[in-house]
Amino acid sequence: MTETAIYTRPAALEDVSMHYCPGCGHGILHRLVAELFDEMHLRDKTIAVAPVGCSVIAYEYWDVDCTESAHGRAPAVATGIKRAKPDAFVLAYQGDGDLASIGTAEIIHAANRGENYTTIFINNTVYGMTGGQMAPTTLAGQVTATSPKGRDVATMGYPLRMCEILDTLEAPCVIARTMIDGPGGIRKTKTLLRKAFDAQLAGKGFSLVEVLSPCPTYMRLSPTEAMAHVKANVSAYFPVKIFRDRTVE
Amino acid sequence: MAKRVLMTGNEALGEGAIRAGCDCYFGYPITPQNELTAYMAANMLAKGRVFIQSESEIAAINMVFGAATTGARAMTSSSSPGVSLKQEGISYLAATCLPAVIVNVMRAGPGLGDITPSQADYFQATRGGGHGDYRTIVLAPASVQEMHDSAVLAFELADKYRNPVLILADGRLGQMMEPLVLTEAEPVRPDKPWTLGDSAGRKKRTIRSYYAGKVEENNLRIQEKLRRVERDEARHEPHLMDDAEIMLVAYGTSARLSRGAVDAVRAEGVKAGLLRPQTLYPFPSEAIRSHLDHVKSVLVVEMSGGQMLEDVQLAVEGKVPTHFHGRMGGGVPSVADIVEEIHLLL
Repeated sequence: MTETAIYTRPAALEDVSMHYCPGCGHGILHRLVAELFDEMHLRDKTIAVAPVGCSVIAYEYWDVDCTESAHGRAPAVATGIKRAKPDAFVLAYQGDGDLASIGTAEIIHAANRGENYTTIFINNTVYGMTGGQMAPTTLAGQVTATSPKGRDVATMGYPLRMCEILDTLEAPCVIARTMIDGPGGIRKTKTLLRKAFDAQLAGKGFSLVEVLSPCPTYMRLSPTEAMAHVKANVSAYFPVKIFRDRTVE
Repeated sequence: MAKRVLMTGNEALGEGAIRAGCDCYFGYPITPQNELTAYMAANMLAKGRVFIQSESEIAAINMVFGAATTGARAMTSSSSPGVSLKQEGISYLAATCLPAVIVNVMRAGPGLGDITPSQADYFQATRGGGHGDYRTIVLAPASVQEMHDSAVLAFELADKYRNPVLILADGRLGQMMEPLVLTEAEPVRPDKPWTLGDSAGRKKRTIRSYYAGKVEENNLRIQEKLRRVERDEARHEPHLMDDAEIMLVAYGTSARLSRGAVDAVRAEGVKAGLLRPQTLYPFPSEAIRSHLDHVKSVLVVEMSGGQMLEDVQLAVEGKVPTHFHGRMGGGVPSVADIVEEIHLLL
């Protein structure tokens, strides 16, 4: 009987240990992206844009050209890349603090111009890299380093729903929210990422996939509990759905 | 003979950039440099090049960053408060060794100040401006012709050293009209074996400034480069300096006025001369020192509270008295004021 490999490391994923915590969604999402780089033959034309946050060294994990960007500025950097080099496949990877707080202006205006690049927006409701501070997406009542008694919406505001905000704009092509809550959610996430990548390759304009993701360390939960929390509580406030899909028009 | 045209300084700078092969321009409205942005809007798109009015100064400099990673010649322009906002991005450009051109048509500050001309951003321009150890190469045009020429030189130096280059002008230079000759030279584009994209058949490339635990190595590379810049790229223009006993040092608009004052006192028999820095970083310290065997006193003239003054003092090393005449907040020295200052030194 011969052995057949049915699950291997994607060629576009570097053979190195990742620095992410056990149960973190970044590793899963990095792998999905690498699988799509392989399956869609994107390795040679991709320019990725890494953010500031836990995924700051994403360029050490993908075998593609990549630049860093200043905190929150990935949409502007991606805009500059794509306008200067329209034949490149441009992927910006941003966390919630990066995209929804310090970089709010950049993402809204890149989306509003319909810039033809793809954003993966990983929302784990905390600032991870800096030690678990309150994020723009931190849930009401959620305890963080800077909301030690829980997020008080009366003084700290409500968690920002970025897909809903972006869905008010005319120009975007794909806006969708998905979640990493187990194998089913991971498969759906990959399907939506493929849709977003296809939108860019077809020149249809701005595409963004928000991924609700576990951060066991700063959700203060075990990896399995963190995934259950994403499904039960995070997605209750941030509904998982396709807000906009103009790829078929 | 080459054809002469009449343009504002802002437009001449834009045309120079276009002729230098500027592929991408990103900018945000601010006075007194709006003619430059409008010129780029009208002419870049017409040539099939990239123009974006960005949502902010911060976005503009980061669009420049993105375009530069692909090897495109990219530029942004602004005026003082806007250039303050760009400083984080300029630090990233310097840290990642990306070529880019930034224009500051200075206005009065601090704060909102007003739209009148100023030279009060000298410290910001020549000391780096943002966080970390780096410098931008700083060009200081003093005429509409030089506004045009500095754009060409800025792109060449940016590519040569893989470093951001700042053109430091002021509102008067940007707004005034003068005849100039436009370059007909084809832009020289060096190979850029570090750009992103089209990676078939080679290893991936990464553009980064984050080197956990190894940031000093990146700093040492930057400093080594800056020593070469300091050795090779200082530029200045002397005027009647060969026998000067009083040396005026001024750049940009202040230099034009100082030149008028030097000529006026020469008519009286006073041996004055003007040394005009054309680069502010690197600063022409050696040129200043080379005259100290015949110069008895120095007068620095600026539209600031005394910023370039410190670089002149460092160059002079206390060997002769160094005096200062400055106006701030949009004030512009008059030729008569400068002549009076020179008389006080006699």
